[in-house]
Amino acid sequence: MSASVMLFYAFSIMAVISALGMILNVRNTVAAAMSLVVTMVALAGIYVLLGAHLIAVIQIIVYAGAIVVLFLFVVMLLNLRSDEFAPSRQRWLKIFATALGVVVLAQLLRLLEGSLPVTPPLPEGYGGYRQLGIALYTDYILVVEMVALLLLAAIVGALILAKRKID
Amino acid sequence: MPVEVVIKTLFILIVVVGAFAPVITWVERKQSAVMQDRIGANRADIAGIRLIGLFHPIADVLKLLSKEDVVPQGANRVMHLIAPMIAALPAVIAYAVIPFGGVYQFGELTLSLVVANPDWGLLYIFAIGSIATYGTIIAGWSSNNNWSLLGGLRASAQMISYEVTMGLSVVGVFMVFHTLKLPDMAIAQDSTFRVLGFLDSLFGISTPAWFDWIRLPSWGIFFQPLGFLIFLTAVMAENKRPPFDMPEGESEIIAGFHLEYSGMRFGLFYLSEFIEVVVIAGLIATIFLGGWSVPYLPQETLIGAITPVFGIGFATGVCLVLHVITFFAKVIAMIWFQMAIRWTLPRFRYDQVMDLCWKILLPLSIVNIFATGLIILLFEG
Repeated sequence: MSASVMLFYAFSIMAVISALGMILNVRNTVAAAMSLVVTMVALAGIYVLLGAHLIAVIQIIVYAGAIVVLFLFVVMLLNLRSDEFAPSRQRWLKIFATALGVVVLAQLLRLLEGSLPVTPPLPEGYGGYRQLGIALYTDYILVVEMVALLLLAAIVGALILAKRKID
Repeated sequence: MPVEVVIKTLFILIVVVGAFAPVITWVERKQSAVMQDRIGANRADIAGIRLIGLFHPIADVLKLLSKEDVVPQGANRVMHLIAPMIAALPAVIAYAVIPFGGVYQFGELTLSLVVANPDWGLLYIFAIGSIATYGTIIAGWSSNNNWSLLGGLRASAQMISYEVTMGLSVVGVFMVFHTLKLPDMAIAQDSTFRVLGFLDSLFGISTPAWFDWIRLPSWGIFFQPLGFLIFLTAVMAENKRPPFDMPEGESEIIAGFHLEYSGMRFGLFYLSEFIEVVVIAGLIATIFLGGWSVPYLPQETLIGAITPVFGIGFATGVCLVLHVITFFAKVIAMIWFQMAIRWTLPRFRYDQVMDLCWKILLPLSIVNIFATGLIILLFEG
């Protein structure tokens, strides 16, 4: 087994265990959020193995470093006690979630049946910031602008919502 | 190759964690003493030899190791245990991408004095720095103390805010040097530029020949003065040291996030703060102050001057030693500067810290990006 395959399994096991830790830590929200961080870092490791270096770093900076910190910030600010997390009573939600899980699992098993297609070797500089930047600002400029517009609308919306409370 | 990496890693660890960090715990006390007209730490001695108090770091560590490790009642034991480790680890591994010397050719052997040189070098530092936030937050939350929790909350808000500004403030540097690799940035700064060169290249004014002699080292600080100021402020706020010590705030929330820590676990927070000071100094030296380059003495000139007398191997060796010394001299200068700020400025109020970030530094850093882009377009287009 080559080093990258071994690393892949290590990161995968880490990701699965920490993801389970996030779901099962219902009573301790902070521990759940920290498990989510470990999942993000493990995913970043898998991205590196796939050659997507920039995505891996962005994954850590944005998701592990910023978004989960905001989750923690909110969790700690609300300071919820564990008895406020009674198991959900909505039966239909449970049934729906189970059905969705079965469908995804079936799809994954189906994928495992066939052999994976052999990919051509990656071109020079694949996944680097140069290639990504050139692709984003030439071929996909419309999408980038649309995302920027969406984010701007979200910021303005958040400001209006926050301001209503202050006024 | 692995042997080389291990040696470089050990060198950096011994210098930064083993030598710099303990000594600056002493420097901080001694410098504050000098600035406040006191004598300062000078009592620790080994067999009567005091050595101007340089044994104090050893005494500190011995004291911290022999102290009882208290876990407060109702605290989350596991989180309380791992929080200092999460805080210390990023500080220790951040130096992996900071070059402490250039690239040297000894016959067949190419020696590059940096542990790791990924394509996205500076982003690695940001990623590592964003993980460091967790040590503080988890420490504050797991202690089961309201003051600690407040400290953790303040830390999370402050560090997230300044991360944005820190990232944006160096975009101008990326644009100037066309790279994210720190070693390449240092190499790009190992030259000089004509200060008045813009007169003829931009306005077409013919300048006298002696104007070419007015040169400055092509350091980041001369191309990005605004970026330098914003970056310096942002990294100092990230490090949570005064004047940005909101998460600790002795006079308001006692000691903030590490209030309930004792013994060596408190020592880890303390030490990681000082390692971060060294990392910040190295980062600023590399991005803005030319890294390992000796001003007005580029590597080729230096090697070219010594080679005829002593041979190429000796010349390269001299160059290597000189560069490493220059780098650490710049690091020491930046550490001194940070300490001077720490003992000069009064601390901010919490809302002032946030206002400074979101209302002043963030808009300025965006303006800096646009201005840099415009100037590069005018010069190169």
